Amino acid sequence: MKSWPAIFTIAKRELIGYFASPIAFIFIVIFLMLAGFFAFMIGGFFEAGEASLANSFFLWHPWLWLFLVPAIGMRLWAEERRSGTIELLMTMPIAPWCTIVGKFLAAWVILAISLVLTFPIVITVCYLGDPDKGAIAMGYVGSFLLAGAYLAVSEMTSAMTRNQIVSFILSVVIGLFLILAGYPPVTNFLVKIAPDASWLVDGVASFSVMTHFENFRNGVLYLADVIFFFSLMIFCLFSTSILLRGYRAG
Amino acid sequence: MIEVKNLSKTFGTKKAVDGVSFRVEKGEVLGFLGPNGAGKSTTMRMITGFTPPTAGTARIGGHDIIENPISAQRLFGYLPENAPSYEELTVLQFLNFSAEIRGLRGMEKQKAVDRALEMCFLTSVKHQLIDTLSKGYRHRTCFAQSIIHDPEVLILDEPTDGLDPNQKHEVRTLIRNMGQSKAIIFSTHILEEVEAVCTRAIIIDRGKIVANGTPRELKQRSPLSGSILLKISGVLRETLKARLADVAQVKKISEPVGEGRLFEVRLFAKEELNRESFNQAVVEAILSVNGTIMEFHEEEGKLDEVFRHLTLPDTETRKIHETLI
Repeated sequence: MKSWPAIFTIAKRELIGYFASPIAFIFIVIFLMLAGFFAFMIGGFFEAGEASLANSFFLWHPWLWLFLVPAIGMRLWAEERRSGTIELLMTMPIAPWCTIVGKFLAAWVILAISLVLTFPIVITVCYLGDPDKGAIAMGYVGSFLLAGAYLAVSEMTSAMTRNQIVSFILSVVIGLFLILAGYPPVTNFLVKIAPDASWLVDGVASFSVMTHFENFRNGVLYLADVIFFFSLMIFCLFSTSILLRGYRAG
Repeated sequence: MIEVKNLSKTFGTKKAVDGVSFRVEKGEVLGFLGPNGAGKSTTMRMITGFTPPTAGTARIGGHDIIENPISAQRLFGYLPENAPSYEELTVLQFLNFSAEIRGLRGMEKQKAVDRALEMCFLTSVKHQLIDTLSKGYRHRTCFAQSIIHDPEVLILDEPTDGLDPNQKHEVRTLIRNMGQSKAIIFSTHILEEVEAVCTRAIIIDRGKIVANGTPRELKQRSPLSGSILLKISGVLRETLKARLADVAQVKKISEPVGEGRLFEVRLFAKEELNRESFNQAVVEAILSVNGTIMEFHEEEGKLDEVFRHLTLPDTETRKIHETLI
């Protein structure tokens, strides 16, 4: 079988699984509620009086995704390992990387659906003012890539264990590191202990999803940011394949 | 069709499988026997390409499972131990998925799924979630998955485990029928199954093959194989025993057991003799002391004795041997 049909078949099965159980629905509802809550209650969408989503809506996405993406990604391999279906999957005539990518895409589709369903806030901001629509689109692209990066981390941690909770916690911890590496208190601290080593601060900060997401949030598209998110995804999916090979070898 | 060459697997310091080699041709059903933990499942996982072997390889239809896994995997269907399946799907969704991943599309897929549903008696539950099915149905759902593409090779890890006697019978019939046109390996620790289904059996113990032959050949390795069990009345047991001991071809006579006038005695013949003349001599000897033969039974040998003989530690084997003879 060619690679794409195989990936598509895997993704389709995974999506049927997500929607057969209430996971996908619960996830989408919780994401929408939290996204709205943060934008209106904490982000001060109305009070700010700006025709923009950058500081009220997208600002919270790294934190939202941090906890919500692992809830979707934690089962990807842990569940296969627990139920033993991994043995079926890995003895079918498809390359392991197709399976890894297929599962990833299925979960990413759910994250994409969640994002798309936040469209009322776009309508609201367009009704109330005249926002920069390109900036909003960039914000969505950035958020989608950010979610994909977290998801790849989650798929990787999911391949480490047969326990979904362990996978969730590992994934949140790694995600937290990816956020905090560029968080001002952390970068300030690094500047304080190594004032001359700007390369250190920059190096650590460049691992942060925050700095890369910020450009998208402000409506600016840098190729470097796109490359960053995709390399993170590819790195994690590649690690997944190595972890799975290790698991199979016993 | 299946060619296993010197397969070995080491987990840490433990040798789970140690230099296993065998072949299975089309039309053969190979029973893979062994105590729990002998390395049956590990061997099957290596043949199917799930577990990479430490040494050796397997070829399926000429395709090496290590160098060319996908071509090899196309040719077989596999039922893993405990028959896993996606519980959140319905039987139909699961089988559709299995068919699609095997590259079947459209009408071809439809036909394959219907055929598998029918062969495994799943048509009545096809719209049910696998999660809600009983163990027997789940098992057959996974079995259906393995035959969906009508493969030339079937690898089944304990296909009758956890089924009730009727279901076991159905699955065995299925395997036997399919065995005429396919190469099948299946593992089990139920010995009657081997006699009912297999054309050949391999016994594996602590990672090594300890016996390989037809069920009949294996049974002949039983210590009791070829012996004659007699049920006699109308004669004193000492008289009979003394008379039988005089028969030239008799190698050994067991102590007669039984109550009252009816008793049982077991005779072992010397090797390589003419069965007919031996039986003749025994019967004549009994009649000459006016004994009545109530039963005359030539022992074929029992597979479970051979199994125990081959797979128990040495001291225990000797003990069994002694009690038998």
